[in-house]
Parts: sequence; C-alpha cells; structure tokens
Amino acid sequence: MFPCQKLRVLEERLQCIEEFERPKVLLEQYVTPSHLGSHMLHTIQSQYGDIDQKIVADLGSGCGALSIGASVLEASQVVGFEIDKDAIDICLENISDHDLTNIDVVQCDVLNLDNTYRSNKIFDTVIMNPPFGTKHNAGIDMKFLETAFKLSNNVVYSLHKTSTRDHVLKTAKLLGGEGKVLAELKYDLPASYRFHKKKCVDVYVDFYRFEVDKL
Amino acid sequence: MKLITHNFLSSKCMKGVNVGFPLKISASDVKVTEVDFNPEFVARIMQKIDYPALYTATESIGHLEDLPKQMVENYENDEHFLKKVHHALLQLEVINGELICPETGRKFPITNGIPNMLLNEDEI
Ligand SMILES: C[S@@+](CC[C@H](N)C(=O)[O-])C[C@H]1O[C@@H](n2cnc3c(N)ncnc32)[C@H](O)[C@@H]1O
Repeated sequence: MFPCQKLRVLEERLQCIEEFERPKVLLEQYVTPSHLGSHMLHTIQSQYGDIDQKIVADLGSGCGALSIGASVLEASQVVGFEIDKDAIDICLENISDHDLTNIDVVQCDVLNLDNTYRSNKIFDTVIMNPPFGTKHNAGIDMKFLETAFKLSNNVVYSLHKTSTRDHVLKTAKLLGGEGKVLAELKYDLPASYRFHKKKCVDVYVDFYRFEVDKL
Repeated sequence: MKLITHNFLSSKCMKGVNVGFPLKISASDVKVTEVDFNPEFVARIMQKIDYPALYTATESIGHLEDLPKQMVENYENDEHFLKKVHHALLQLEVINGELICPETGRKFPITNGIPNMLLNEDEI
C-alpha cells in the first residue's frame, strides 16, 4: 500500500469538473464519470504508487478529468495531449478552478505523437480513457495503446471494451506490454455513444494495467 | 507550456524534417508560477533533459537568471543547482508566442499556454 488521498476526497474533486459543451461524437468525447475516474486513480496510486512524484501523460485528455485527478494525487508533472481546442479550453478552466500548477496541455494528434516527441520513454506513467473506436475509426484504441507504450518507461493504465479483451491482451503482448485486467466496470455512455441500437445498454469496459519495457 | 514540455517536443513529425529539435521559442508573454521543489524528482528527470536546449530556451524567453551554462557534475546532491533547474523547467511558463521548427521555420502557435502541434495533411 502507498500513501494516497482519501477516495471520497478525490471523487469530490472530480465531481466538479466542467464537461464538454457540445461533445463531438466522432472524437468520442465524454468525461470519465467521477466515480470511475476516482476509483481508477486511487487504485493506481494506493496499490501501485504510480502517480505520486511521477511524470504522468494523459492521452486524449479532454476536459481533464484524469489529468486533474493525477495532479491532485501529487504527480510531479502531468502532460495532457488532446486534439480538440474546445475541449482544451474547458480543461484550462477546470485546471484553474482547481488551482493546480503542474498540468501542461499540448494540442496534437495522439496518432502522430511519437513523432512530436524528441525521444520516447519520458513518462513514468501513462493514463488514458481512449476513444474506443467506432466504425469510422476502428482500432484507434490500439493505436493509442501503441503510442502509450512508446512514451512510458514503466506502466500504462487504460480502459478498453470488455468485448475486445482477448484482442487487447494479444495486441499488447505484440507491442511489448504485459497486460492485466484490474477491474471490470459498467460504463453508462451517453446515448449518442452506444455501440448498439438497443436502448439502455451499458457498455462493459476493462480497466487495465500494462507493464512496459523499461529501457 | 513549461520548459520541461518544450524540452521534449520536436517537429520531426513534419515531412522532410530530420531532427526538428530544439524548437526555437519566440515568447510574447511568460508567467512565473510557484511550484513545490522536489529535489529527487528534478534529479531524476535531469537524466532525460537536453541541458543545452534548456539553457537556450531559458535565455530566449529572457529568464536566464543564474542558470549555469554548463551542467554541474554530480548534480544529484547539489540542491542549489537542482533548484535553478527546477525553476527553469517547472516554474517558467510560456503563455503566448510561437515555437519555430529549426529546419523549416514552420511556426507552431502557443495560445493561453497551449502549444498547437497539429499539422495540415500536406505537411505529414
Ligand atoms: C473518452 S474521451 C476521454 C476524455 C478525458 N480523458 C476523460 O477521461 O474524461 C476521449 C478524448 O480523446 C480525444 N481524442 C480523440 N481522438 C484523438 C486524437 N487522435 N488525438 C488526441 N486526442 C483525441 C477526444 O477529443 C476526447 O477528449
């Protein structure tokens, strides 16, 4: 066990995050719900000590839920990477509302990110809630994972649909990461993001920890 | 954008660019923010920092102060030096300005502290 902020306190912080004003469906913009986000981050720190004093990247940082949570849990520096200017503007408001001084945001395409960085393996920990990949961009979450593995010198935490578990674990192995499912979560996506036509379908997602090549 | 972030960014994502590092900075607005000093973290991250690029960046935004030109040897236990690096890396923030590709001169705007590294399709 590692020292960690109380779960309840973290969740309260994440509850007051402004959300996407006009979410862009193609970019799969939805905020990680505060109870999920706080559980994820609390596990990452209390079980593994992977946030406190670490340099952390958040891929597809959106309105900043995960970046802000990592900052609250005493990451030394957090860098969020996000493609969408509108999301970044909301994220900046959230960062200033929370009085945090250790989050940088870079506007970029994560799919091009390993070439926007001088060298890899800069980050100790990469966290993300990537786009899952609908029909238009199937496989995008695996591309996020590949980038995450290149950026991290230690560990990557991510969410992927439970229905793709075998594929995720296999892909991770090919990319040089040893994956483990830490929890299965029920994710109540806004209607526009449902992957099925049926009403009231919850999406099941896995919360993963991947150990990557240190180098 | 803090200089720690600048120290890792490059423009080699662009077609025809080989190294794309370090990006030049032209800053019109710089902010200094107080950040807690953690000597262990700074010593650890120093192993990944390109020191000459940090020095030049600090100088080009007009905040060189007393950062030494040469990296100190055995800096792990040199709190005095680590504190200066801490200031340069984590407390200086470019709010508005531009990053400039050293090979093509392509400008990447920095607005409200956010560098925009997005490229047009024909640049990739
Ligand atoms: C599911 S949301 C997660 C948002 C935030 N991290 C959170 O946990 O609340 C995915 C985010 O990835 C961003 N995104 C989608 N494609 C991207 C790309 N190619 N590069 C960078 N960001 C992208 C979206 O704009 C969106 O903000």
